[in-house]
Amino acid sequence: MNLKELVENLGIKLLNPGVNLERDISDAYVCDLLSNVIANAPEGSIWITVQRHSNIIAVAVLKSLAGIILTQGIVPGKETLDKAIEEKIPIFSTPDNSFRIAGKIYQMLLNK
Amino acid sequence: MGMNKKKVPRLIWKFPISFRDIEKAGEVANKIKKRFQNLGMKPEIVRRVSIICFEGEMNLVLFAEKGGLIRVEVFPDRIDIFFEDEGPGIKDINLALTPGYSTAPEWAVEMGFGAGMGLYNIKKNSDFFEIFSEVDKKTMVHSRIFLTKCKDGSPRRSNLNES
Repeated sequence: MNLKELVENLGIKLLNPGVNLERDISDAYVCDLLSNVIANAPEGSIWITVQRHSNIIAVAVLKSLAGIILTQGIVPGKETLDKAIEEKIPIFSTPDNSFRIAGKIYQMLLNK
Repeated sequence: MGMNKKKVPRLIWKFPISFRDIEKAGEVANKIKKRFQNLGMKPEIVRRVSIICFEGEMNLVLFAEKGGLIRVEVFPDRIDIFFEDEGPGIKDINLALTPGYSTAPEWAVEMGFGAGMGLYNIKKNSDFFEIFSEVDKKTMVHSRIFLTKCKDGSPRRSNLNES
C-alpha cells in the first residue's frame, strides 16, 4: 500500500503537493510525544499526530517516516510547510481524529 | 609495532546548539545522521546515533542557557558523542535518568517535548554512558557506541542496564 492509495481512499489532504506519493507504507504510528516517536516509530511508517510545529519534520526525517498526518483538521504553519517541502516529507491533514484515521489505516493495512 | 601509539579519532565534528532555538531543534541530529549514512555505517548504528543525538540536542535546546555543544568523535572501533553545556545542571542525576521524569517547561511539554525520556533513551542506546553535572554550572553527557564486538561475538556493552 502506498501513500497515493491512502489519499484516494481516505480523502486526506496533501499539504505539500509535488512530493513523491509512491512510497510504500508498512505501518502507522500514533503519538504526540516526540521522544516516544523517536524511540518507537517503525521506519517507513506514517505518523499520525496533532503536533504541528516544525520539529515534527525533523523527527520524520530522522526516523525515515513515510509521511505525517495531522488530525482534527489541524493545519501547520508556514515554517513547518517550508521544512516539509525542503525535506520532501509528505504532510497531510484530515478532519478525522487520531483514533478514527488510525482505525481506517489499520483496516487498509490488514486488507493488503 | 613497538611504538605504543595513542588512539586518535578518525573524525571529530563539533556542533554548537543555541538555547531555546526550538525551530532548529533536530537539525543537527539529522545532519549527524546523514554524515554517518555517508560513512557507510550500518543502519542499526545510524539508528542509535540518531536517537542519541536527537535527545541530546533537545536537552541542550531546552536547558543549555549559555548554549551547548555536541561533539562527535569517530574511531575505528567506536563512536563517542559528548553533550556539553553551561546551564542549570542536574540536581539529582538518578531522578533525571528515570523514565517519565521531566523538568521541561510547560510550553515545551505542550509541543510534545519533555516526555522525560531523553537521558533514558540516550543511555538505552549507548554501549557506555556517563554523566557529570554541577548544579548551576554545567552538565556533560558522554555516550559511546562500539563498532566492534567481543571475541566471543557478544556486544561490547559496559553498562548492561535495564532494557
